[in-house]
Amino acid sequence: MGAKQTRSAQKYQDLTDKTGFSPEQIKNLHKRFQHLSDNEETISRENLEKIPALANNPIRKQIIDAFFDKRNQHQNEVGAFQEIGFEQFLMVMSHFRPPTLKTTEEEREAMRKEKLRFLFNMHDTDNDGTITLEEYRKVVEELLSKSGAIGLEAAKAIADAAMLEVASTNVPHMAPDDFYEGITFEHFEQILKGLEMESRMHIRFLDVDTMTMRCGKSKS
Amino acid sequence: MPSRTGSHSPAGIGKSLPERGLLLLMVLVFLEGSVLPLGAASSPDTSHQTNLGDHQGTHTGPNSTKKPFPVLAVEYDRVQIPFEISLWVLLASLMKLGFHLIPRLSSIVPESCLLIVVGLLVGGLIKLAGEEVPPVLDSRLFFLCLLPPIILDAGYFLPIRPFMENLGTILMFAVVGTLWNAFFIGGVLYGVAQIQPANPSDLHQLELLPCLLFGSIISAVDPVAVLAVFEEIHINELLHILVFGESLLNDAVTVVLYHLFEEYAGVGTVTLLDGVLGVISFFVVALGGVLVGAIYGILAAFTSRFTSHTRVIEPLFVFVYSYMAYLSAEIFHLSGIMALIACGAVMRPYVEANISHKSHTTIKYFLKMWSSVSETLIFIFLGVATVDGPHAWNWTFVTVTVILCLVARVIGVVGLTYVINKFRIVKLTTKDQFIIAYGGLRGAIAFSLGFLLNQDHFPMRKMFLTAIITVIFFTVFVQGMTIKPLVELLAVKKKQEAKRSINEEIHTQFLDHLLTGIEDICGHYGHHHWKDKLNRFNKKYVKKCLIAGERSKEPQLIAFYHKMEMKQAIELVESGGGVKLPSAMPSTVSMQNIQPKKPPPAKPVERVLPQLPKGREEEIRKILRSNLQRTRQRLRSYNRHTLVADPYEDGFSDLLIKNQRMVELEKKVSDALLVSTKEDILSFSDPQAYSMKPVSDSVPTIQVDLASPQSPDSVNLLDEFRHAGQQQPEVEDQGLMMKPPSGPSGPNKPREADEARDQQKLMRCLSDPGPSADEDEDEPFLP
Repeated sequence: MGAKQTRSAQKYQDLTDKTGFSPEQIKNLHKRFQHLSDNEETISRENLEKIPALANNPIRKQIIDAFFDKRNQHQNEVGAFQEIGFEQFLMVMSHFRPPTLKTTEEEREAMRKEKLRFLFNMHDTDNDGTITLEEYRKVVEELLSKSGAIGLEAAKAIADAAMLEVASTNVPHMAPDDFYEGITFEHFEQILKGLEMESRMHIRFLDVDTMTMRCGKSKS
Repeated sequence: MPSRTGSHSPAGIGKSLPERGLLLLMVLVFLEGSVLPLGAASSPDTSHQTNLGDHQGTHTGPNSTKKPFPVLAVEYDRVQIPFEISLWVLLASLMKLGFHLIPRLSSIVPESCLLIVVGLLVGGLIKLAGEEVPPVLDSRLFFLCLLPPIILDAGYFLPIRPFMENLGTILMFAVVGTLWNAFFIGGVLYGVAQIQPANPSDLHQLELLPCLLFGSIISAVDPVAVLAVFEEIHINELLHILVFGESLLNDAVTVVLYHLFEEYAGVGTVTLLDGVLGVISFFVVALGGVLVGAIYGILAAFTSRFTSHTRVIEPLFVFVYSYMAYLSAEIFHLSGIMALIACGAVMRPYVEANISHKSHTTIKYFLKMWSSVSETLIFIFLGVATVDGPHAWNWTFVTVTVILCLVARVIGVVGLTYVINKFRIVKLTTKDQFIIAYGGLRGAIAFSLGFLLNQDHFPMRKMFLTAIITVIFFTVFVQGMTIKPLVELLAVKKKQEAKRSINEEIHTQFLDHLLTGIEDICGHYGHHHWKDKLNRFNKKYVKKCLIAGERSKEPQLIAFYHKMEMKQAIELVESGGGVKLPSAMPSTVSMQNIQPKKPPPAKPVERVLPQLPKGREEEIRKILRSNLQRTRQRLRSYNRHTLVADPYEDGFSDLLIKNQRMVELEKKVSDALLVSTKEDILSFSDPQAYSMKPVSDSVPTIQVDLASPQSPDSVNLLDEFRHAGQQQPEVEDQGLMMKPPSGPSGPNKPREADEARDQQKLMRCLSDPGPSADEDEDEPFLP
């Protein structure tokens, strides 16, 4: 459904159930969405690329692609959108919600899986279910892309070492002729276990109007 | 000394008799020796200088009778002070040693408790020997000598990321929590002191201001005690940094409150104006301290930029600048602790990028050593000072104080957490709150501050001191001993012991950028946005000034990767050149397992060994020669004032480039090699004896002297140069196929290789690319 039809409470209620945001947070995000889309119903990649603050971000392209990635909509589709509506926007944003005091252990686990899945999708660009060496190299290269020539040389070495580490941790005893296809989602989960993604991968969603773009810590 | 031996003999179960005997003997002799001079410190009588050569100074006059030349004389006064200091330090260190010889004890009782007990015993012994106990916990000694090393150690190795992420919470606990504690305890104590009009006691003399002063002294959580106890319980990083950060940052509050109340206690009243000035003073003290520390930190970082030719004194700069920061802050009554923390935290990233690896190790070990000795001494002195007194025990006062401390802490933590959780994203649970409250230990800082009080202004000083000591004992003994079982009982999350892996580092960086990007898309400038801005500022301007040479442009990920490689390389070398890779898990995965497969060649496998083009051979030879030369350099004579160029540091970046080239070459070489991660290339620089067989005219024979004996096993593992027939030399980026070796060397080698492979894989040094087919293949290439 398009997002602009009516801003009725029912609509917001729907979204609240689906994404877990509170109605105030949804309202704020909607305002932001409209600002980004110039009051259109959908945004395209150009809208996001125009954000000035993103220009300095080395992984800008991946972030923008993640918004248009169908896999992040949790509807078992693959491919990419050309434009997304507010609901899809919100869906992607919901990956960055923090756990609350009331989150149970199972919910935390589920949240962690979801966030890791998001990251995995960002790396696995050809959607074959594994992160191959080439894809991983690309990731590290992009990370170091703002660092000039030193970055590019070292990127390959770092990616290789990292891949080796994943393989050693997950499949310790490989015969010399075996080939490690790529990092599967399970292996990915395993190596990032220590980071506790549900406590790290989140941002603060404000409940109060922030269109003035102040650096604010507001009360919830 | 019955008590002493008594405490040691039952603990010796399971130890051999000679060991026990030696320990006892050592302790006895030591104590005999120590009690006397320590006692003699305070008493000026020189009756101990009797033993040998009893000619005292014959300075009675120019026309005294001529005495025979003293063959042996004893003159203790001259060396008295350094001698005693050394004796105390020695005692502290021996005690530390002793505790670890008694296995079960150190797991039940935290070290701090044991040390206090030792201090009590030593103090008791001195008193028994009839001497005066030296005033060991003299405030000047404590604040100027004993405390700075501990704080510097804490500040230099402060984990910046969790500290900054939780800074708001930490500040709330440190400032508001300490204020609450101080006023609550002081106020209620005054109230308690005023009641009981029936039996007039000393307490009625107690006025409000001294009470508040006492409250402010006793309310501060002590970093030394927290460090000592928390180090042993290994709780998760968040709780550790919360309690520890609080103990560090509350120094500013303590300083201001202390000076405020001390000033006006004589006068008797504090007006509102004084209160306002106090608040302003707080900001001045805190921010001023941080500023002073930051300035010295930047100076130290800048100085370290130029030390590439005088590596030996690099650690000295770190220590001296930090100490100067502390002292400078103390001149102005700013918070010395915050200055020290700021200095260490600011200078660390830049200094570490500039100094050599050896200096880094030196700094680490010296800081740990000094802080360890300091901590031990502080606890021992606490014990000694307890015996010394002066004491004025007042049941009401002391018990009320202890109870109030606990109650105030709990109420404070719970109340503050309620407020803080509204702002935090990851909230603090009840378990967390309990640990934070329970971890509020008091320590020697409180005692020293109490000691500093002027007896005239504070007639109740003795009572205060007694109460302070009781609270310290209570928190250290009771809370210190029970916190470990409680942590187990409550199943509090423990610290993760796993080492940081390159994957985690990559993803931490990735997450940083991702979250910054999402924040930008969301449109509000949050935590990540400002952190990103700071990082960019740092990279663009600050690093260029403070870091020497090329490393100023090195991104953090690459720096981390290099550090990791370096660590692995050093581990490898230390483990004897390759018997075991301690850090690597037993894994048989190697580079070729992850490189994409090449389609099988069309041609049948040939047995001819390919020859490398001449240019490549030349390159390889050059690399070999330069590496060997560097090894030679290391073995040259050693000058005390210079550090020999270490292949691990100064040439490291060159080595890495060569590393890369080697890896590429390796792919070109079509022999089957056992390959592993690149760290093993450094085994090349290790002084091992190897000789290269003159396999062809082009490859020279090089002899290198052994600097360290090599076990035959390790050497065998390094060889395995397979001369089997192979496929075509492969193109860049394609992995190698391992083929079983054929030829005469075949049978023995694979078995060895399999064993070796089961343990680890080492990179075969690409010394000789093209041995001719008729080479003696039984000889390992690198014997």
